[in-house]
Amino acid sequence: MSERLAPQEKVPFWRSPQGRAWTFQLCMVGAFLWLAVSVYSNTLANLKTRGISSGFGFLGNEAGFRIGEVTGIPLPQGGLLWFLVSLVAGLAVSQLISRHLKSKSDRPMNSKWLSVCLLFSIGLPMLTLYIFRDSVEIAHYTESSSYFMALLTGLGNTLKVTVIGCVASTILGLLVALGRLSPNWLLSNLSRWYVEINRNLPVLLQLFFWYFIVLQQLPNVRQSIDVGGWLILNKRGLYLPSLVPQQGAWIFCAAIVISIAAIWVIRRRARRILDETGVPVKILFPSLAVLIGLPALAWLLGGQPFTLDFPVLKGFNFKGGTGMTPEFTALVLGLTVYVSAFNAEIIRSGIEAVSKGQREAARALAMNERQVMRIVILPQAMRVIVPPMTSEYLAIAKNSSLAVAIGYPEFVSVGGTILNQSGQAVEIVGIWMGVYLCISLLISFGMNIYNSKVALVER
Amino acid sequence: MAQDIPDKNIPDRQPPVSQVGVIGWMCKNLLCPWYNAVLTLVSCWAIWAAVAPFWEWAVTNASITLDPAAAKEHTGAAWGFIRDMWPVFMTGVYPAEERWRPLIALCIVVILVSLSLVSSFRRSKWIRVLWFASPIVVFALVYGGGITGLPVVGTHYWGGLMLTIMLSIIAMLAAFPISVLLALGRTSDMPIAKPFCVAYIELIRGVPLITLLFMASVVLPLFLPSGMELDKVLRAIVGITMFFSAYLAENIRGGLQGISKGQYEAADALGMGYWKKTLVVILPQALRIVIPPMVNNFIGILKDTSLVGIVGLVDLLQIAFATTSNPKWFGRLEEAYVFIAFWYWILCYALSSYSQYLERKMPSASK
Repeated sequence: MSERLAPQEKVPFWRSPQGRAWTFQLCMVGAFLWLAVSVYSNTLANLKTRGISSGFGFLGNEAGFRIGEVTGIPLPQGGLLWFLVSLVAGLAVSQLISRHLKSKSDRPMNSKWLSVCLLFSIGLPMLTLYIFRDSVEIAHYTESSSYFMALLTGLGNTLKVTVIGCVASTILGLLVALGRLSPNWLLSNLSRWYVEINRNLPVLLQLFFWYFIVLQQLPNVRQSIDVGGWLILNKRGLYLPSLVPQQGAWIFCAAIVISIAAIWVIRRRARRILDETGVPVKILFPSLAVLIGLPALAWLLGGQPFTLDFPVLKGFNFKGGTGMTPEFTALVLGLTVYVSAFNAEIIRSGIEAVSKGQREAARALAMNERQVMRIVILPQAMRVIVPPMTSEYLAIAKNSSLAVAIGYPEFVSVGGTILNQSGQAVEIVGIWMGVYLCISLLISFGMNIYNSKVALVER
Repeated sequence: MAQDIPDKNIPDRQPPVSQVGVIGWMCKNLLCPWYNAVLTLVSCWAIWAAVAPFWEWAVTNASITLDPAAAKEHTGAAWGFIRDMWPVFMTGVYPAEERWRPLIALCIVVILVSLSLVSSFRRSKWIRVLWFASPIVVFALVYGGGITGLPVVGTHYWGGLMLTIMLSIIAMLAAFPISVLLALGRTSDMPIAKPFCVAYIELIRGVPLITLLFMASVVLPLFLPSGMELDKVLRAIVGITMFFSAYLAENIRGGLQGISKGQYEAADALGMGYWKKTLVVILPQALRIVIPPMVNNFIGILKDTSLVGIVGLVDLLQIAFATTSNPKWFGRLEEAYVFIAFWYWILCYALSSYSQYLERKMPSASK
């Protein structure tokens, strides 16, 4: 029988899967290199004929254009530098502590060490910032600033829109999702149509709608809608009073932070006593007392922490307070409404994904509706909600670039102006992609950490 | 005992009025606990606040006359503007005497789609041949020139809904093979190709479409040998294709991962090579699973083609600005937006309903 087994022949490389995979990959690398080299040489030749010098040197040139909405950029020197150093040091120390504890025992960190870690990673940087508060320098963009500064200002505006948009769209999305889940037929259908209308229209169309139609219908400066001086709305934008920090502001803020920490300690203690003895401890009144008492004490000691600066009509426009340009308002409104429709669907499907048995089991344990939601449904729904929600947050960061169409000076819009002025197309597009990639990676990093916290712990 | 039972049937007791019928339904769904009634009132107010002004503007005070001067006397919408301009919304500045060509192209596509909906036709070879031929026929019709003998209508005349739909369909067709390759590369274990695909997908998914469009319209010409010019529409297609191939690849990867390992092993055991295994066994199953997400992807493309306006193409959205800057109907932006929104909404809603229908119809895809 053994002669039926053919002698082991060496498989020629073009017949082995590995050999073919390598050939294919080498071809791919070759093609890619060829493409890269030809693109590089073409670009050099093209730039030469157009008289554009490559490189990032142009970032130092004077910008010379106006930016409608300027966010202060803290310069990385003096106080901010110390703050960053202490932040990194504090995070590193708390990371080291937790590593050390984890290596010593399998049990999760106890509350004492958690407090120490929090003190290092939050308290230490805040203290540094307080000590060096006078040397924090905040630069404001002017027409004589450099292109680099202009880009930073644009980036600041992008981040502002992204953060506000994420928070607002989550809240709005949650409300709409609850509306869809409600047993009220009219409300749930209303929410359904809100979602269907918003998510089936392009976001750019919605931005144009808010900017060119809704905000253009607002009255002129003289006939502004005025809600007791607190909220003033006209064609030029939305004006709100702003907080001006006074002498006692630092103490006041510290008191708020301390009272929140104290409430956290009170809650932990109450839960520990409940676990150990089964006696529920009332926490509402002590918490409220701390939350109101400490800041009030700080107010009495340090004097009024903030004064309100109301917007006042002077000349042709309102001065003082916080003004939001119509572009900003339209962008935030448009993005919030568009993304809230998607968020609502994500939250709704997350809550519906929790099986009915869980709800029934929780009710059978005599939990009330709030407890069922908070202890049983939401933690399980979060697992389904978080990953798609991350991509919606990323979508807000990326869609904020549509501001270029309505002229809000965010990152892409400022970059576009610089591109038109200097002609440095390759560099600007490179900077855009790099920065957005960093923002995306940061958001997914943060959400991944959160996701690993809420994810199913399998034992 | 038997006598005790009365002969007469005792009539069934009716359920309480408050639980069945119109009243029961209203009580249960609209009114019953007091807060439900409050919610109903609030919803009614919200609907009234949104619909009443719109109704007044769009119907009560509206006019439909073709004469702009007469339309000015009405405070509401001037639908005459849409009546006057709708061919422009459909085809942009495409020459008026050639508009029959996009119309015929549209008819061809509609006939093909409706033929494919008939299940007996769907399996026939002819319909596949027609499907493959149709893009060429449509392009030849709309662009003209060559063997058709029609006058050439350059791409800078293309616009409106026609451009939007063409951009999305071409981008989808072009992105599909690229994304299949990317997904195969990402799920493979080739040490060079895999990181390459991962890097491409993650890079593209991390940046906004607008930067890619800028890249395609400003930087791409720099990359090409001097003297070689790329058409503006083609450049936009390159940008959209690059963008969506990454998203599509992730969906297809999901489908590839949904195929059980036994399928791969069975194909290996039959002695199939890599390409035969992939094309005959794996892809047909994987792609069938991902049809609903792919339809959603197509909706994304359709909506996001509106960004090409920023790099200077006149798509459906930009037509609003083009037509309302015309002195005849100056500033009728509201009507234009409502008309445009109507088209986008109908297309996207139809597609998303279709994808939901597919998802429901597909028992194997459910987890």
